[in-house]
Amino acid sequence: MIHSLFLINHTGDIFLEKHWKSVISRSVCDYFFEAKEKAEDPENVPPVLYTPHHYLVSIYRGKLFFLSVIQTEVSPLFVIEFLHRVADIFQDYFGECSEAVIKDNVVIVYALLEEMLDNGFPLATESNVLKEMIRPPTILRSVVNTLTGGSNVGDTLPAGQLSNIPWRRAGVKYTNNEAYFDVIEEIDAIVDKSGTTVFAEIQGVIEACVRLTGMPDLTLSFMNPRLLDDVSFHPCVRFKRWESERVLSFIPPDGNFRLMSYHVSSQNLVAIPVYVKQNISFLETGACGRLDITIGPKQTMGKMVEGLKVTIHMPKMVLSVNLTATQGTHTYDLTAKVLVWDVGKLNPQKLPNLRGSLSMQSGAPKPEDNPSINMDLKIQQLAISGLKVSRLDMHGEKYKPFKGVKYLTKAGKFQVRT
Amino acid sequence: MTAMQKLLQLPVNAVNMVKTVQSQVQGQEEDKSPVLSPDSGQQTWYSALQPDELRHLRSGGTGGGGGDQEERATLEEGGGGGSFQTQPLRHDDLKEMLDSNKDSLKLEAMKRIVAMIARGKNASDLFPAVVKNVACKNIEVKKLVYVYLVRYAEEQQDLALLSISTFQRGLKDPNQLIRASALRVLSSIRVTIIVPIMMLAIKEAASDMSPYVRKTAAHAIPKLYSLDPEQKDQLIEVIEKLLADKTTLVAGSVVMAFEEVCPERIDLIHKNYRKLCNLLIDVEEWGQVVIINMLTRYARTQFLNPNLNESLLEDGGSGDKTFYGSDEDEDDDEKENKEKAEAAALAKRKPYVMDPDHRLLLRNTKPLLQSRNAAVVMAVAQLYFHLAPKAEVGVIAKALVRLLRSHSEVQFVVLQNVATMTIRRRGMFEPYLKSFYIRSTDPTLIKILKLEVLTNLANETNISTILREFQTYIKSMDKDFVAATIQAIGRCATNIGEVRDTCLNGLVQLLSNRDELVVAESVVVIKKLLQMQPEKHSDIIKHMAKLTDNIQVPMARASILWLIGEYCEHVPKIAPDVLRKMAKSFTYEEDIVKLQILNLAAKLYLTNSKQTKLLTQYVLNLAKYDQNYDIRDRARFIRQLIVPTEKSGALSKYAKKLFLALKPAPVLESPFKDRDHFQLGSLSHLLNAKAGGYQELPDWPEAAPDPSVRNVEVKESVFTLLERVTTLTSVPEWTKCSSREKRKEKKVEKPFYSDSEGESGPTESADSETNSASASDSASDSEQSRSSSESEESDEGSESEEEKENKNKKKVVKKAVKESESEQSSEEENRKLEKKIKQQEKDSETVSDDEESDSESSQSTSEDSESEAEVKKKAPVSRTPPKPVKKEKKEMSLLDLDDFEPATSPQVTPISTLLSNSLVTDLEGLSLSDSVLAPSTITPSGTLKSYELLHRITGEGLSVEYCFGRQPFSPDANMVAVQLQFTNNSTSETKNLHMKDVKLQSGMRVKEFPEIELLPAGDTASAVMGIDFCDSTQAANLQLCTSTRKFFVSIQPPVGELMRPVFLTENEFKREQGQLMGMNELTEKLILDAKYRNEHAIVQRVTTAAHLSRVPCGSDNECSPSVPPPDHPAHRFAGRTVTSGSLVLVTVATGEEGVAQLTVNCEKMVIGTMLVKDILLALTQ
Repeated sequence: MIHSLFLINHTGDIFLEKHWKSVISRSVCDYFFEAKEKAEDPENVPPVLYTPHHYLVSIYRGKLFFLSVIQTEVSPLFVIEFLHRVADIFQDYFGECSEAVIKDNVVIVYALLEEMLDNGFPLATESNVLKEMIRPPTILRSVVNTLTGGSNVGDTLPAGQLSNIPWRRAGVKYTNNEAYFDVIEEIDAIVDKSGTTVFAEIQGVIEACVRLTGMPDLTLSFMNPRLLDDVSFHPCVRFKRWESERVLSFIPPDGNFRLMSYHVSSQNLVAIPVYVKQNISFLETGACGRLDITIGPKQTMGKMVEGLKVTIHMPKMVLSVNLTATQGTHTYDLTAKVLVWDVGKLNPQKLPNLRGSLSMQSGAPKPEDNPSINMDLKIQQLAISGLKVSRLDMHGEKYKPFKGVKYLTKAGKFQVRT
Repeated sequence: MTAMQKLLQLPVNAVNMVKTVQSQVQGQEEDKSPVLSPDSGQQTWYSALQPDELRHLRSGGTGGGGGDQEERATLEEGGGGGSFQTQPLRHDDLKEMLDSNKDSLKLEAMKRIVAMIARGKNASDLFPAVVKNVACKNIEVKKLVYVYLVRYAEEQQDLALLSISTFQRGLKDPNQLIRASALRVLSSIRVTIIVPIMMLAIKEAASDMSPYVRKTAAHAIPKLYSLDPEQKDQLIEVIEKLLADKTTLVAGSVVMAFEEVCPERIDLIHKNYRKLCNLLIDVEEWGQVVIINMLTRYARTQFLNPNLNESLLEDGGSGDKTFYGSDEDEDDDEKENKEKAEAAALAKRKPYVMDPDHRLLLRNTKPLLQSRNAAVVMAVAQLYFHLAPKAEVGVIAKALVRLLRSHSEVQFVVLQNVATMTIRRRGMFEPYLKSFYIRSTDPTLIKILKLEVLTNLANETNISTILREFQTYIKSMDKDFVAATIQAIGRCATNIGEVRDTCLNGLVQLLSNRDELVVAESVVVIKKLLQMQPEKHSDIIKHMAKLTDNIQVPMARASILWLIGEYCEHVPKIAPDVLRKMAKSFTYEEDIVKLQILNLAAKLYLTNSKQTKLLTQYVLNLAKYDQNYDIRDRARFIRQLIVPTEKSGALSKYAKKLFLALKPAPVLESPFKDRDHFQLGSLSHLLNAKAGGYQELPDWPEAAPDPSVRNVEVKESVFTLLERVTTLTSVPEWTKCSSREKRKEKKVEKPFYSDSEGESGPTESADSETNSASASDSASDSEQSRSSSESEESDEGSESEEEKENKNKKKVVKKAVKESESEQSSEEENRKLEKKIKQQEKDSETVSDDEESDSESSQSTSEDSESEAEVKKKAPVSRTPPKPVKKEKKEMSLLDLDDFEPATSPQVTPISTLLSNSLVTDLEGLSLSDSVLAPSTITPSGTLKSYELLHRITGEGLSVEYCFGRQPFSPDANMVAVQLQFTNNSTSETKNLHMKDVKLQSGMRVKEFPEIELLPAGDTASAVMGIDFCDSTQAANLQLCTSTRKFFVSIQPPVGELMRPVFLTENEFKREQGQLMGMNELTEKLILDAKYRNEHAIVQRVTTAAHLSRVPCGSDNECSPSVPPPDHPAHRFAGRTVTSGSLVLVTVATGEEGVAQLTVNCEKMVIGTMLVKDILLALTQ
């Protein structure tokens, strides 16, 4: 299984190494650096590399490479999934997963890695179990630790690993018992030049924040569960109940977690909330181009579209832009050649518009292709698929929890071709 | 208050730290030479840090004792972050901190050290200082010490040993978590010397109460295996044990261990298969992945291919028509097809019924497609792909498509697998075509894979949408992607005839693209497409000829030249002109282009020599002096072929045929074709190369192996009990003869008896018999002793014998009767063997031998003659002085009582061995006194325990039991005889049973039993083998082979079987005992149960527990003054260990109220201690 792990920053420095078996020299990373050189873009580095004696499996998260060294056959997804889990845990512990934060908390990071893998095989990957063993740093605790010389290693032994429900800590206590569920849906779509939808689907997740005392057993039911035919669950959800009754029955982990994610595929009608009228053209003669974009509401179910943002990756020859927007602000990153137009709220009475000229490198040929437009938007209190939670019941505990459900629709990979 | 104190203490400490930082930073500056710190990453890191540290220095330097500033410095150091920044403390200071008795300082030091390790800095010279803290009370320090230890123990093996005792103590801790963590660290220390300790710890932990500890044991198995592969057999035993575990916590880990240590031992899974399937959903996600992958392999070996019919049709062509069509057309390849057809027909006739276990697996894995873990989803997907009937595979498509939303690395792997799947099962992903559409923001790797999938999915109905989609891709800014798209279009065009022209036109349009790469790629693809129908497209060739002026990409130029050369007849005017231009630029071209110029020249010369002769000569001359030898070679070759000279007559005639042969159009294939012979989702599949440790996915079996192997009987315990009873009951019958012979011979040797028996059987022949017949003669002896007593009571010995037999039989379950019969037949075989051996003996013996064999056969045929013979033999015994006989009577009545308890009915006693064991001792015993024989003969019967060697289920119908027969193993006196009894419970016969390839501990030796050639179904056979255990209770690991299978088995001797009885007189005993005092003497007090205080019970129990002979004590009172009351005598037993012959002396001195004292004297202390334990157990039970 996983032999060693190297953390590498985007400039190519190995700033942390951990070995679960014999030590493997960090020179093994040279193969990786070679591939990285070749790939130019860090996203294009092949996740699995083959070297004479080892296999390198890497992921790219938060401008860091998590590079693991493998010696024998293992499912590559197994390793990739695990590395992402490591990154998730770091995020969970330190709020972000960056080089600086990892360097600052190197001892905790090391202790975490030690607990997560045993001889290269995952041991404890549930954040609830890990938090029992190694407490996440807080400002207060770091002050106390400085004064007392203590550390974040828990002095009690974790019982969570032993239980049948490893995801939940034992003996949880809250004065305010609350359970919140956020139904978040993202629209993935490709809209072509003429405005017809080439492809659209909805990716939904239910994020939960549960702070309940004891061992509550929750049941979440939906008004229209038939919408959900492609789902994946947190391990706490009982498959059987879902299969037979279409309700989510589970003993929740403590704190924040993703209860389920679902996928409403293109077969169902996916409403596209906005339309884009665009005209980007590059003139054959003269080093300039035109840009004119208007955004209007399409199917918003009567809700306000907010957080509208347009991102365009311009061709390399576009040197600068000279644009005026009727609403919001726009910026052009000269080095990355990215035009960002932050529109804000969409006002149906006065449609936002961005127009102006693009100046290009003189002498360069006209770009083949018009850049595509990536959209970002948010609609509060609406799940675009129409999914609705009907009720949440709790068994096993006596108190009455405070319950809440929030809906949110966002644009996922929403792309308009031009 | 304490916090305050610490605060006050800190400044002093801080001064030290700052000072060291100062010196360290200076040192660091010097260290910057590339030799000392070759890692550039670290250097930049240090330099980045310097200003910060210098600030500390300045404050330390200027302030002198300026308290507040130092305090600030320490504050920063103290935090989690600080440890990294102020890291460069000198090792001496760290050592000092580690040696201090303040936990906070230790912790601080450990944090720094761990930070060093994390950065890859060498901290190995701190090992002695760190390892001391392994026993530290503070759990935080402890954990960090563990981290350090695991990292460096391998390098400092000797010092690491210092820490072992701490872990060993931890292994005994009442807290399961501490036990687990001790085992975890102990097994992570890669020090070869502690392998035995690890092995012991793992074995112990594998039977721990806590499932968590067992899980840790499972984790430790691969660690130990990688450290010492020699331990494999023992580890497999542990794995086998853990596989039977019923908790979800253990399941995943043990399967992982199984996969790493013994993936080939698929037979271990049988019994656990259903359990694993049922537990699967509750196992943690990582375990699920491993189990599912393993079960995929398992299912491929155990079940039938559910798609047999369909796959046949698929193989035959695109549909039924071609399949049958080929039958008519081709004749040669017919056989194969016919066979297939027959198989298919057969399959149709006998409709495929899925094994319920196969169904169980599919049903129980399906919900896991909903897992949040991509690896689990992928594992289930590959399981369905490899195992499910075609109609059901579709369910995985949705789940895999869902994974495409995940991280790009996950997408990458999933797409690779989807690409392979789409080749085999296109229909599955067709509904999700649009999910593979490409976004401009996708990484190039993903784009290219998606393109691959789209191409695989293309068919007549969806090609137009796909081509429209491709059209947008061609405009992309990512040129690699565009090139791949052009290739994809080419592939679509070759695969789907309808769109070939459209694609070609589209590609030709691309020839006017501004990007050279695009054009070049198009040229290459067009070249391939044109090869299919060149006649139609001479205008395209003309168009391409014009491109030679502009295109610089060598591959494209070469392609154009090849096209023109190949189809020069279609463009007769242009071709020579192109050659002219090329001849001009020849010297500047790339090698591949040069080669194509040569080809073009040659082809033109052959078709149009009038115009191109000179040009060709010119080009050939240029090539003749080229730097590249390939080109020079080619030029020479072509010249010889095409330019007719006197020498080259033969070949040049065929030059035209050679150069202008019709070339088949290339097939544009997916790079993912044929990748599905690798298990999907595996690393090997991804790399398309076999990775180390990859287990091939086996082909479906032709016929399903016996499904009953997976049966786990709930009533198993009942079953084994029954089996036990049957074997016990049958033992006396099939062993009787040999023991009788021996006994007889023994007596025969004695002049005392020689009169009564006319036979004179020499010792050798007896030995040879034991070798072959070797069954538990002790058992039969007991019977004899019993029957002898009976014959005493009633003169009709024969009748009583018969009665006894009948009694026995009644007690036995019907089945047992059958078995015993079969055993008799196996007995026959034994006898044959015996005969063979005997014939090798002296001729003089033949007489007696014959008689013996007669008596044997008479036993199985007519009971009368046998019993007569027995009476004869018994006569002398009964003729022994009356006193002991009386005693015997008394005892026998007891025995008879025993007899009525069904479980113990066929008593198997060790006494006879006392008699039979060694003639010398026997003689001694006889010569001593009358009373000698008495105590030994009365040694009552105990059950001869038989142990399971191979269970019926693991052995696929073959079950083997073994017991220690307690007779000497004649071929080698240093070996312990082990009786094996084979029972064939299966429906087919087993052939060639033998031992093979035994892997033994050092010093151990094995004398294999003679091969059993045939064991018919339902039959039983027995054999004897000798094992020299080297006076240790280590199990002997053996491999039992049949003609078809191999089983790993192990025989573990109880300590009591590792010795043979010797005869000592009481005085000798005391003398020897006197020499084995002190360390060699072990004493234990015990209280005997009221029922078992009599001599008989004690003697019986001791002799059952250990293979010892009783030391006669005619006058207990005088010889053991230590135990004054005469009614509380001391019982003495003596023996020698089998291998080394060390004396083993056992004394049980009884006292008042059942208080007794057990003393064991033995040179071998290990044996002594174990023996004390065993005898104690036997006596107090």
